[in-house]
Amino acid sequence: MNVIVCVKQIPDPALPGALDGATNTLKRDGKLILDDSDAYGVEMALQLVDAAGGGEVSIISMAPNGETAGMRTALAMGAAKGVLVSDPALQGSDALTTAKILAAAAQRLGGADLIIAATESSDGYTGTVPEQMAEVLGLPSVTFAKKVKIDGGVLKADRQTEEGYDEVECALPALISVTAGVVEPRYPSFKGIMAAKSKPVEEVSASDLGVTPAGWAGAGQKVTLVAQAEARQAGEIVEDDGESFGKIVAFLENLKVI
Amino acid sequence: MAINSVWVFAQVTNGAATTGTLELLTKARSLSSNVTAVLGGDASGVAAQLGEYGATKVYATGDLAGKLPGVAVSGAMKAIIDSGDKPDLILFPQNYEGRDVLSRLSVKLNKSVLTNSIDVAVDGDAVNATTPIFGGNTLVTTTFTGEGPYLVAFRPKSFAAEASGGAPAAIAAANVPDLGATGGAKVTAVHVEETTGPKLDEASIVVSGGRGLGEADKYAMVEELAKLLKGAPGASRAIVDAGWVPYSYQVGQTGKVVKPSVYIAAGISGATQHMVGMKGAKNIIAINKDKEAPIFGIADLGIVGDVHKVLPKLIEALKGR
Ligand SMILES: Cc1cc2nc3c(=O)[nH]c(=O)nc-3n(C[C@H](O)[C@H](O)[C@H](O)COP(=O)(O)OP(=O)(O)OC[C@H]3O[C@@H](n4cnc5c(N)ncnc54)[C@H](O)[C@@H]3O)c2cc1C
Ligand SMILES: Nc1ncnc2c1ncn2[C@@H]1O[C@H](COP(=O)(O)O)[C@@H](O)[C@H]1O
Repeated sequence: MNVIVCVKQIPDPALPGALDGATNTLKRDGKLILDDSDAYGVEMALQLVDAAGGGEVSIISMAPNGETAGMRTALAMGAAKGVLVSDPALQGSDALTTAKILAAAAQRLGGADLIIAATESSDGYTGTVPEQMAEVLGLPSVTFAKKVKIDGGVLKADRQTEEGYDEVECALPALISVTAGVVEPRYPSFKGIMAAKSKPVEEVSASDLGVTPAGWAGAGQKVTLVAQAEARQAGEIVEDDGESFGKIVAFLENLKVI
Repeated sequence: MAINSVWVFAQVTNGAATTGTLELLTKARSLSSNVTAVLGGDASGVAAQLGEYGATKVYATGDLAGKLPGVAVSGAMKAIIDSGDKPDLILFPQNYEGRDVLSRLSVKLNKSVLTNSIDVAVDGDAVNATTPIFGGNTLVTTTFTGEGPYLVAFRPKSFAAEASGGAPAAIAAANVPDLGATGGAKVTAVHVEETTGPKLDEASIVVSGGRGLGEADKYAMVEELAKLLKGAPGASRAIVDAGWVPYSYQVGQTGKVVKPSVYIAAGISGATQHMVGMKGAKNIIAINKDKEAPIFGIADLGIVGDVHKVLPKLIEALKGR
């Protein structure tokens, strides 16, 4: 069983985000790390391949400046190899272009029995890339998969819904998107980190993959205004002295909700 | 370009259109008098309601027989567009099914999508959508270029649902084409979580708990407080991911958007992704032991204290009333 995992490399979410004044796109020129949301997909892929008793996990990523730091984390966890699509022409790509690029990268690896992505990325969170990718590749998909197993060549998943969950069966090859908390991502071991340094990552450009137009030229929309939203003001802040519950009671009384 | 025709991807639960659907219909009819709902399912029970909120027509696929809406409804939409009925704008709810249908359709039409939006307006020839970023601190306006249909997904509660008193929407059949390999997924069982009390996204009081509660058992305090206030219990994603409460309790960017009259956050730090789901509340009360917690930046009343001390006393005080 071969699994491809999409891993996005993003600016450290702990740092404040910023827009590039010239293009109004998110700044991504600093150091990038593995999006935490994708660590779950990597772990799930490793577990599924393990359970199948053979095969390998490959990773694909699209990122500027030949960045591989985040991919190395996935390789250190146990993925075997990767394809990085890095091309100045891809700067500012919209979700559809990203999906086309990632689909082409998956094809470059010869496809897989299963492709895994996260339900949404931490920085862009459009949440459309996985399902768009499935459509580009002509694959069935199960988005928001919680429990996932392969049983007799069929994917069985619990799919999160607004009111609960659905049990879904899906033929392979397929694509799934997973949410945080589905599995507990392993920490890369020292051995894993050392091994990751020599694992193959092929770097390709958009034109190597035959995908055009990319970047801004491919987007059917442009940012025309960036403005500050009205900020909410803080009110009264009190240290609890053992009696502050009374403040809450008074506050609620004042609003006539109690 | 002028907007002549607007579609809304409609959803139905328990035999009624969802609030999100009614919100989008209300917006749609302010943009065009030609509003069509597209539904993955049977429309006979909801045509009147869809019409009341502004849809003149509803395309319905009929029972999806276990097919997932993403592939099925997008396939049906593409077939209608190919047959010549082409909208200028399609509004989707930013939720699971909305996103799936939107994504599949965007590839079929080779059109970009805009997601997480909170408004759309027509200004002369331009169609502009507004999207908050950085937790809502910054608003970005995006203008569509080229030909429609423009595809936009909206965060819940971006618009207030108001009935227009329109006649029932005319039902038209939408055929789901042969999905080929993409139709390989089938729903085999549906599970609905039992809930009591007001719905989280409709309650006028919401009490949410976060990781500061320390352990799963302590969430009982949040439930008890919510019950005493006739409100709904909610949660941060941290404790949903930890498995303390089901996903349906989650408030935030990837969970429910709530706009209650009072929101009480207990042991929640106030990450931007949480705040976008609740900062529309009229009044916010926060209890957190860290006085630097970002949640205090938007709280009307902030208690710097231990939830294990403040909540039990608060519960006792309310019980005694
Ligand atoms: C793409 C993406 C989407 C996301 N979507 C959501 C979403 O929809 N909703 C959401 O909530 N989050 C979401 N998150 C996660 C979000 O970034 C935070 O990780 C999460 O909200 C933190 O939850 P928390 O406040 O409970 O936990 P923490 O951030 O760990 O905060 C716990 C707080 O409790 C306080 N505390 C500890 N002990 C006590 C005590 N005894 N008494 C009082 N206070 C105490 C601490 O001071 C701290 O402030 C998302 C993240 C990403 C990347
Ligand atoms: N540039 C990228 N490289 C690799 N994977 C990506 C990229 N963009 C999106 N993805 C995958 O698609 C998921 C959803 O992304 P998004 O639609 O941006 O919210 C991410 O969590 C990743 O798994």
